[in-house]
Amino acid sequence: MALRHFGTAAAVALAVGLGASPALAVTEIQWWHAMTGANNDVIVKLANDFNASQTDYKVIPTYKGNYPDTMNAGIAAFRAGNAPHIMQVFEVGTATMMAATGAVKPVYKLMAETGEKFDPKAYLPAITGYYSTSKGEMLSFPFNSSSTVMWVNLDELKKANVEIPKTWPDVFAAAKKLHDNGHATCGFSNSWITWVNLEQLSAWHNVPLSSKANGLDGFDTVLEFNGPLQVKHLEKLVELQKDKTYDYAGRTNTGEGRFTSGECPLYLTSSAFFGNVKAQAKFNFTAVPMPYYPDVKGAPQNSIIGGASLWVMGGKPADDYKGVAKFLTFLSDTDRQVYIHKASGYLPITKAAYEKAKAEGFYKDQPYLETPLLELTNKEPTENSRGLRLGNMVQLRDVWSEEIEQALAGKKTAKQALDAAVERGNTMLRQFEKTAVK
Amino acid sequence: MQKQAIFQSKLLPYALVAPQLAVVLIFFYWPALQAVIQSFLLQDAFGLSTSFVWFDNYVELFRDAAYFEAILRTFFFSFAIAASSLSFALLLAVMADKPLRGSMLYRTLLIWPYAVAPPVVGVLWIFMLHPSLGVLSRYLRALGIDWNPLLDGDQAATLIIIAAAWKQISYNFLFFLAGLQSIPKSVLEAAAIDGARPMRRFWTVTFPLLSPTIFFLLVVNIVYAFFDTFGIIDTMTRGGPGKSTETLVYKVYSDGLLGGNLGSSAAQSVILMIMVIVLTGIQFRFVERKVTY
Repeated sequence: MALRHFGTAAAVALAVGLGASPALAVTEIQWWHAMTGANNDVIVKLANDFNASQTDYKVIPTYKGNYPDTMNAGIAAFRAGNAPHIMQVFEVGTATMMAATGAVKPVYKLMAETGEKFDPKAYLPAITGYYSTSKGEMLSFPFNSSSTVMWVNLDELKKANVEIPKTWPDVFAAAKKLHDNGHATCGFSNSWITWVNLEQLSAWHNVPLSSKANGLDGFDTVLEFNGPLQVKHLEKLVELQKDKTYDYAGRTNTGEGRFTSGECPLYLTSSAFFGNVKAQAKFNFTAVPMPYYPDVKGAPQNSIIGGASLWVMGGKPADDYKGVAKFLTFLSDTDRQVYIHKASGYLPITKAAYEKAKAEGFYKDQPYLETPLLELTNKEPTENSRGLRLGNMVQLRDVWSEEIEQALAGKKTAKQALDAAVERGNTMLRQFEKTAVK
Repeated sequence: MQKQAIFQSKLLPYALVAPQLAVVLIFFYWPALQAVIQSFLLQDAFGLSTSFVWFDNYVELFRDAAYFEAILRTFFFSFAIAASSLSFALLLAVMADKPLRGSMLYRTLLIWPYAVAPPVVGVLWIFMLHPSLGVLSRYLRALGIDWNPLLDGDQAATLIIIAAAWKQISYNFLFFLAGLQSIPKSVLEAAAIDGARPMRRFWTVTFPLLSPTIFFLLVVNIVYAFFDTFGIIDTMTRGGPGKSTETLVYKVYSDGLLGGNLGSSAAQSVILMIMVIVLTGIQFRFVERKVTY
């Protein structure tokens, strides 16, 4: 009797043990990200879908604040020996991550070592180029990509009898007209002052921002954006700032409300602004390609991306990496990419997903969602338009913004401001070069 | 009266203070020492390559004209913040000290802002005074003032000073009110009987009796302005436009955390530490003499 009971107990214990063991064997994969709102929902759904699709791994997404916060949290965690497996890093952090040999596991290596099927050619080159070495080895996995577009308030343009401008001179003329027709505080404006008016402007006109293919070919790069095109452009902004035909809206995207509120009828910022425009704008709108200067030969070239990519951190057990690789394969799936594209407004990263969205007629109703893709693929990328890889980019941008602000406030001329921005930026680049791991 | 306690065992007093000492060493001296060590190193953000560079980080700082501008700016900000928040809080406290109906309610209301975190203060003021989002900005512009702290450095500096002082007013108010209430009423009544008018009573009786509180708050406010205003600056101006609101502590943050230049950032915090020690020393050496306890 007692023995039989013992047997039952043992059987129960064994059963419980067996039942529990798969749960114990699940490998957890930490994913730190910076997505909020609707984009956070996308992240959670992706993780849940992946977790439901198999039983060996569990992806745990954690929101860690905005882009710089997430990156700093990841770096601090790495220094404490506690880094997550996957970290979402915005595009300006690319050089810092890349320089950290040993701290990160390049995606192409990860995929090769874990034997996951991986074809770099399946991805849109305009996007992967940013995150690859000059040999085409993909270092991080592109996740959410966007580009600069010009958002247009169609109702206000109609009211002022203004055509959608295509070139910069057209924009200036249109803004003047809008300024005189009820938009006295802002004819046009933009977010991310350096991204739009230095980085994208340079790439869009096939003019270098810095030497060595904008830093892609080495950290010994020297800034070169104080050339005639950039100076001329800034001079024009300074001139128009005087009567607020152009009105500066801050270094980041805090000024974007000026478009959705109807104050600024022309506004250059990220294509990822789409979600907010759709939710808040009470007028007909569209997004068109960035304007260009028609007197620059070959313009427009192609634009460069913004957004973020997923970096895989180094020093984890091989088994964890298998899960990470599986997850990246899972993300690359065409249907999944189409879902991300539609739900978030970010670009599809694979050619197949782009084709599929096109075939489904996705861009027929919302042609402006294709605008950033058309910009990125406008021409074969050149040395000046493949991407940027400058160390300390976050701080560099602050320094450039400081100088541009001085020019817009009338304390320096455009030329003086850009010269100072180049000089101060170069000092910082040399500093970065010194500390970069050789 | 005997001032010293008598311990039978020689070890007991040490054992009694040991926990406190341990906390101080681990949480204050150890990080400070780390900062000093870090300030001699040149390191990448991930801590993968480290080289010892002696005083290079300091030398580079002192070669940078912008650093001296940041020092001057910080002193100006600190005195402006401390002076405005102290005087305004004193005014409020004197008024709230009067026997009025409902005084508990508005005393409580005046204390509330202290519970608000600095970045939230920044956001609150942005909603009022941001050139495009701000509610008050519209009125300012209607009055013909070209209000644009995104481009006008002086306006941005004013904005930071107002926001930072505003947050500290509650704290100062609390201490001033307590100080005022501890002044014996009989002294003031005696002065009144002698024919001293309210203003004279305030300056000759109340103010001197408040001097310990004022001195304490002066030290606290200067330290606050030096160290705690960074959340406000980060949310409101990020040091801009130009560099017009970049204080020393914001520079530490932006160079170290945003720029990944930990060596320079550590050197800056060491200098900042020394500065505050010296400043507090001066206050105790010279200002404290004027204080009657």
